[in-house]
Amino acid sequence: MSNYTETDLEKDLQDQEYKYGFVTNIESDKIPVGLNENIIRLISSKKEEPNWMLDYRLKAFAVWQTMTEPEWGHVHYEKPKFDEIAYYSAPKQSKKYESWEDVDPEMKATMKKLGISMEEQMRLTGVAVDFVMDSVSVATSFKSKLSELGIIFCSFSEAVKEHPELVQKYMGTVIPTSDNFYAALNSAVFTDGSFCYIPKGVRCPMELSTYFRINEGGTGQFERTLVIADEGAYVSYLEGCTAPQRDENQLHAAVVELIALENAEIKYSTVQNWYPGDKNGLGGIYNFVTKRGICERKSKISWTQVETGSAVTWKYPSCILKGDYSIGEFYSVAVTNNYQQADTGTKMIHLGKNTKSTIISKGISAGKSQNSYRGLVQIHKNAKNARNFSQCDSLLMGDTCGAHTFPYIECKNPSAKIEHEATTSKIGEDQLFYCKQRGLSEEKAISLIVNGYCKEVLNQLPMEFAVEAQKLLAISLEGSVG
Amino acid sequence: MINIVNLHAEVEEKKILKGLNLNVKAGEIHAIMGPNGSGKSTLASILAGKEDYTVTEGNVEFDGKDLLELSTEDRARQGLFLAFQYPIEIPGVSNVNFLKSALNEIREYRGEEPISAKDFLALVKEKSALVELDSKLASRSVNEGFSGGEKKRNEIFQMAMLNPKLAILDETDSGLDIDALRIVANGVNKLRSPKNAAIIITHYQRLLDYIIPDFVHVLYDGKIVKSGGKELALELEEKGYDWIKEELASNAD
Repeated sequence: MSNYTETDLEKDLQDQEYKYGFVTNIESDKIPVGLNENIIRLISSKKEEPNWMLDYRLKAFAVWQTMTEPEWGHVHYEKPKFDEIAYYSAPKQSKKYESWEDVDPEMKATMKKLGISMEEQMRLTGVAVDFVMDSVSVATSFKSKLSELGIIFCSFSEAVKEHPELVQKYMGTVIPTSDNFYAALNSAVFTDGSFCYIPKGVRCPMELSTYFRINEGGTGQFERTLVIADEGAYVSYLEGCTAPQRDENQLHAAVVELIALENAEIKYSTVQNWYPGDKNGLGGIYNFVTKRGICERKSKISWTQVETGSAVTWKYPSCILKGDYSIGEFYSVAVTNNYQQADTGTKMIHLGKNTKSTIISKGISAGKSQNSYRGLVQIHKNAKNARNFSQCDSLLMGDTCGAHTFPYIECKNPSAKIEHEATTSKIGEDQLFYCKQRGLSEEKAISLIVNGYCKEVLNQLPMEFAVEAQKLLAISLEGSVG
Repeated sequence: MINIVNLHAEVEEKKILKGLNLNVKAGEIHAIMGPNGSGKSTLASILAGKEDYTVTEGNVEFDGKDLLELSTEDRARQGLFLAFQYPIEIPGVSNVNFLKSALNEIREYRGEEPISAKDFLALVKEKSALVELDSKLASRSVNEGFSGGEKKRNEIFQMAMLNPKLAILDETDSGLDIDALRIVANGVNKLRSPKNAAIIITHYQRLLDYIIPDFVHVLYDGKIVKSGGKELALELEEKGYDWIKEELASNAD
């Protein structure tokens, strides 16, 4: 990937359409549509879950039934009809994959098209990958190598069976089932996801990565990710996502919980490229995700996200800075084009003393899209000497899009230091003229300017991801000026 | 190299150029001088293809092609370079990345292979030395946080990297101290060759002490009203522009 050249970019740019819009013809095991206790029992039994897991789901479902869908976001969409979704769909498989060789060739082809040929990944990049298609985790690479270090990296369902003590101890501790409407729904019907545990003092030697793919029509994806970094551990975790091009809106409601124990560090990077709908706003994924991490003493959680896909995005990767001297970071690039809507940001909850948080948010809006930053910085009364720095920049392309910033600051300790900077700019005609005068085409000029604008965030991404993200930015903004 | 015939142009219905003629041959350096508001920068912008201006009459032939028919980027790719009076900042984009992208687009246009990383770096080293540009500036974001002098030097550095047939320097001397002026002029002189040409737009004669022009033209009220050799610049420096205005007025009577 490192020798990616301008010519490659040029080629990618010509590939205007959403290039992950294909459907894989794999027979799937899909349960009937609808949402009730029986469906939840069915999901649980399909997954051969223990009773405690079923109880957890049923409790969450009971909570969910008492809740109403929130409406405070700066987004407008037709609410999903929860009775018309199939909550479980799995690529049909006769037996569990024991090794890479067992994986369905059609499935392998899909991965290849997505640019995640595992064989290659395994050999070249040293990234361990977990691939989740629709509701089921399909393959996890590098497992044995990781387990030598005591690292557990597997599908969530496997963790429920193999490591119930860890799952029971931590699941729902950062995002309780009653947290919000979509978190409750996820807790009731989640089907799979990734689980990762790094033992005390272990530095995970490679990037761990999960690739999410919605394939079936009429389904939703409700995955759950739980990452635990034990005392002094370190892990860098990546997730990528794509979906086929369909006229319907599909719901993706994930829950991601991060737990950083004393002195641990978790770096969590997302490149979100769910199908955004077509030029007229038809179809696309509703991306309603709850992501939150908790930091114990002297630990650090860093969220980096590049959001280019989805028709509607609604997510706030957050940090609860519980331990003294803990650090939370949020780096975000959110791009909206055509009729996309994004309401995204973060919450930094400072509970401990000397806690520190940094928020860098870069919004780019084009077409008729709406892009909002919404962030909360909350300093509790015991959070002596808490510090926050926030920078929220918006870049507008054309004059039919919107950019909005909703920063909330609640400070209950006078020793806190909070800084907030915000800018709104347009890609200047002057900048474009300057670039063109040097021989650059308009598309190339925009791609350069936008990537420069997002640099602080892109720099946080691991190398291969950064290249991927740069390409995505250029493709998402294709044809948005002039 | 470039032949401008009877060029008329306006911006927001205000006539700025009113029948400008200029013929520049390969190997020549032409200086265009004139009082404020005479249309000097407009001329530079129009030749480079800035969209704010409308050409209402006349034509421009550049290296055998109809310049006004070409897009801004194609003019650049054909070898026309404008050193901006106020160079633009592009935050987050490194100078070298910017130039490499530009250079490769130009090469692609000419059907050439992209430049190798090794050759490119060698070129950066060579050309940045030419304008005494700190190599640190080459890796910093384009013009961001540069001093006025650094920005101008960076323009000449870019010019050296892209090696244009025709360079137009729009008030490159403005805001430069004497050392920077010498460095910039030195850079331009080293790039002089029988195959390329330059149009130097300036207010003051002082730059022309360092870059000796073959011709000096006075632009006034949208037209070239007087042309001469390098001594014309000295005369202007000494007497100002008023005598030309008077001369024109008396001719009109």
